[in-house]
Amino acid sequence: MVNGLNLAFQFLDSFAFIVLAAAGLAIIFGIMGVINLAHGEFILMGAYGTTLAVTKLGLPLPVAMGVGALVTAGFGLIVERTIISGFVPNWLGQRTIGRDLIDPLYDRLADSMVATFGLSLIMVQGARILFGNSIETVATPLGNVAYGEFSYSTYRVVLAGVSIAILVAVYYLFTRTDYGMRARATIQDEDTAKALGVDTERIYMTTFAVGSGLAGLTGALFAPVLSMQPTLGDQFLVEAFVAVVVGGPSVVLGTALSGGALGLVNATVTNLLDSTTFGRIGLLVVAILALRFLPEGITGFIERIRARRQEGE
Amino acid sequence: MGTTADSVRDRFGFLAGIRDRFEGPNTIGNSRPFWIGFAAVLAVLAVYPFLPFIGTGSQLSLFLVLAVLGLSLSLVWGYSGVLSFGQVVFFGFGAYTFGVVSINFPDATGITGAVVAGVLAGGLGAALMGYFMFYGGVRDVYVTIITLVSTMVMLTFMSQTAGSAWTIGEAALGGFNGMPDIPLLTLGIEGVFTFQFVFNEMQVWLPLFGWNEIDPFYYLSLVAVVGTYFGLRALVNSDFGRVMVAVREDEDRTRMFGYDVKRAKLLVFTLGGALAGLAGVLYAARNVYIDPTVFELWFATLPVVWVSVGGRKSLLGAVIATVSIEYFRLSIGGDWALVVLGALLLVVIVALPGGLVPWVDRQVRRLDVFGESGEAPDPGDAPDAAAEVSDS
Repeated sequence: MVNGLNLAFQFLDSFAFIVLAAAGLAIIFGIMGVINLAHGEFILMGAYGTTLAVTKLGLPLPVAMGVGALVTAGFGLIVERTIISGFVPNWLGQRTIGRDLIDPLYDRLADSMVATFGLSLIMVQGARILFGNSIETVATPLGNVAYGEFSYSTYRVVLAGVSIAILVAVYYLFTRTDYGMRARATIQDEDTAKALGVDTERIYMTTFAVGSGLAGLTGALFAPVLSMQPTLGDQFLVEAFVAVVVGGPSVVLGTALSGGALGLVNATVTNLLDSTTFGRIGLLVVAILALRFLPEGITGFIERIRARRQEGE
Repeated sequence: MGTTADSVRDRFGFLAGIRDRFEGPNTIGNSRPFWIGFAAVLAVLAVYPFLPFIGTGSQLSLFLVLAVLGLSLSLVWGYSGVLSFGQVVFFGFGAYTFGVVSINFPDATGITGAVVAGVLAGGLGAALMGYFMFYGGVRDVYVTIITLVSTMVMLTFMSQTAGSAWTIGEAALGGFNGMPDIPLLTLGIEGVFTFQFVFNEMQVWLPLFGWNEIDPFYYLSLVAVVGTYFGLRALVNSDFGRVMVAVREDEDRTRMFGYDVKRAKLLVFTLGGALAGLAGVLYAARNVYIDPTVFELWFATLPVVWVSVGGRKSLLGAVIATVSIEYFRLSIGGDWALVVLGALLLVVIVALPGGLVPWVDRQVRRLDVFGESGEAPDPGDAPDAAAEVSDS
C-alpha cells in the first residue's frame, strides 16, 4: 500500500543511511584514491566505541558519540601512518636497513583493496575476540512519532537532518577552510601543490583521519538502532561505494544527489512491492544503470552539460 | 650412429615445439628447470592420496576447484586489466545452473549436460554483462564497482527465493537455505558408459604405495586445474594473449594500433566467466549443495585476494596462492586464524606489491641457481615492476 507519509519517512531513512554510509568513504576514496574495504569496520569501531562508552563508562549518549567518532579518527590516523602511507615502517626501515620498506597505497586501487580487506578481517575477528558475538545495545532515544495506525522512530527522522548537517559541514571544510583549499590542490595536482609549499604528506594524513572520523560518527549515530555485532559494518559498505561512484567527481554534492536519487528509488520500490529485499535490488540495479549511462557520475554529467552550455554561448 | 642422433634431435625438436606454445614473456617459468620441477610437483599431486596421513584427497579437491576460479580472475584482471568482483557471480551461475539442470535430469546423460549448461551459463552471463559494460564505454574502477554491485544483486535476489514460487521444474532454489540434494556427479552417456566421480571412494593399488582409498573427484579437479593452467598458458602466449596484455598496459594506444579493444575485453571476460562457471559446477558437484553465500561480499573478495597475493600477472601464482590461502583458512581453525590471515594479506600486499610468485621468480633469477643465464629476463619482471603495479 502506497502511503504518502510512509514513503516520505522511508525516503528520509534511506537517504540518511546512504549519505551517512558514504560520507567517510567519499573523502577517502574520492580524494585519496584508496579503496577502503575496512570502511564498514571503521563504522563498527564508532558504533562499538559509542555503545561501550554508554554502557561501561556511563557517559551520556551525545558525549559517547563524540568519543566513538574521535576513537575512530585516531585509529584512522594510525592506519594511515602504518599501512596507507607506510611512514612508520619506512622510518623503521631507514633506521635498520637503510631503505624504505613499502610504497604508499595512494591511487593503487587494487592493492589498497587487498590490504584493507586484510585489515577488515583483523578488525572483525578482533572485535569478536575482545567483545564476543554481540554486546549490549543502547536504547533508541527520542521515542516515536505516531500518525494514524503507523508510527515511526523520531530518532531516524533526526538522522536525516544530521546527515544533511554533516554534508554541509564537509562542504564547508573543503571549500572554505585553508585545509580544504590545500587538500583540493593536492588532489588536483600533487606535484604542483608540493612545489607551492603544501605539505601533501600532512594533507593525506589529515584527510584519512577526517574520513575515518566521519565513518566513526556514522557508526556512532547508528549505534542505537542497530544490533551490535562484529559484522555490522558489512551492510554499509556496498551502498557507500555505490553512492560515491554514482555521485561522481564532486564529492559532497555528488553524495547528496546520489543519496537522494538512490534513496528515492529504494523507498519507492520498497513501498510499491512491500518488500525491503526488492527495494535493495531496485537501488542496486539503478546504480548499475547509472554507472553504465552516466559513467562520470551525476555531478560529472551536470558538469558536462554546463560545459556544453558555456560553449554554446 | 647418425640415425640415433637425428632421432634424439627430432624428439627434442618435437618437445621444444610443444614448449614454445606454452612459453613466452607473459608467463613465469620458461626454463627447463621449471618444467622439471613442474613435472615433479605434478607427480607428487598424482600420488597425493597415496601418501601417508593424507586421506582420500577430498579436501584438496575443494582448493583445486577454487584454483580454477582464481585462474579465471588472473586471466581477466592480471592479463587484461579488468578488475572484476563478478567472478563469483558466474561461479554462482554455473553452480545453480548445474543444480537446476541435474535435479531435473538426474541420469548420467542429464548430469553431463548439466555440466555443459553450467559452463555455458557462466560464459553467457559474462558475455551479457561484458557487452553491457565494455560496449557502453564503462572502464576501470567503474567496471569493478558494477561487478561488485551485481554480486550484491545476486545475493539479495537469491536469498529471497525461498518458497514454491521459485521452483524451476523439480528444482527449488531454496532461498537462503540453498539447494540441497544435487545429484551425484556422474559423467557419461546413460546405457553406454558412465562413471560416478563424487562420493565414490575406491580402493586402488599402486606399485610402491600399495592399496589406498582414493576419491575420483580429486583427480577430476586436478585435471581441471592443470588443463585450465595449460590452456591459459597457451592463450596468454598466443597472438591474442599479446593483444590482451597490450590492452592491460595501455588501452588507448592499443586501440590506436587498430585493435578492437572492446571485442578483446569482451572475449576475455566471456572466457573468464565460462571458467568461473566451470569452477562453480565442480564446487556444487563436490558439495552436492549450493547456497547464496557464494554471492556474499567476503566470498567475492576472496579471488581478488588470491590473485593479488600470488601475483596477478602470474597464472601459477593464482593457483599456488589459492590453494595455500584456502588451506590455511579452512584447516587452521580457532579464534586467531582470521587475524593471522588478515595480517598475512596485509604484509604480503604492502611489502611485495607484485605478488609472491613473481617475487620468488626474480630472486631465483638473481641468484641464477640453475646457471641458465641464456634465458632473457622478462620485460614485465624488470626491477621497476613494483612501480607499474599501480592500477589506473
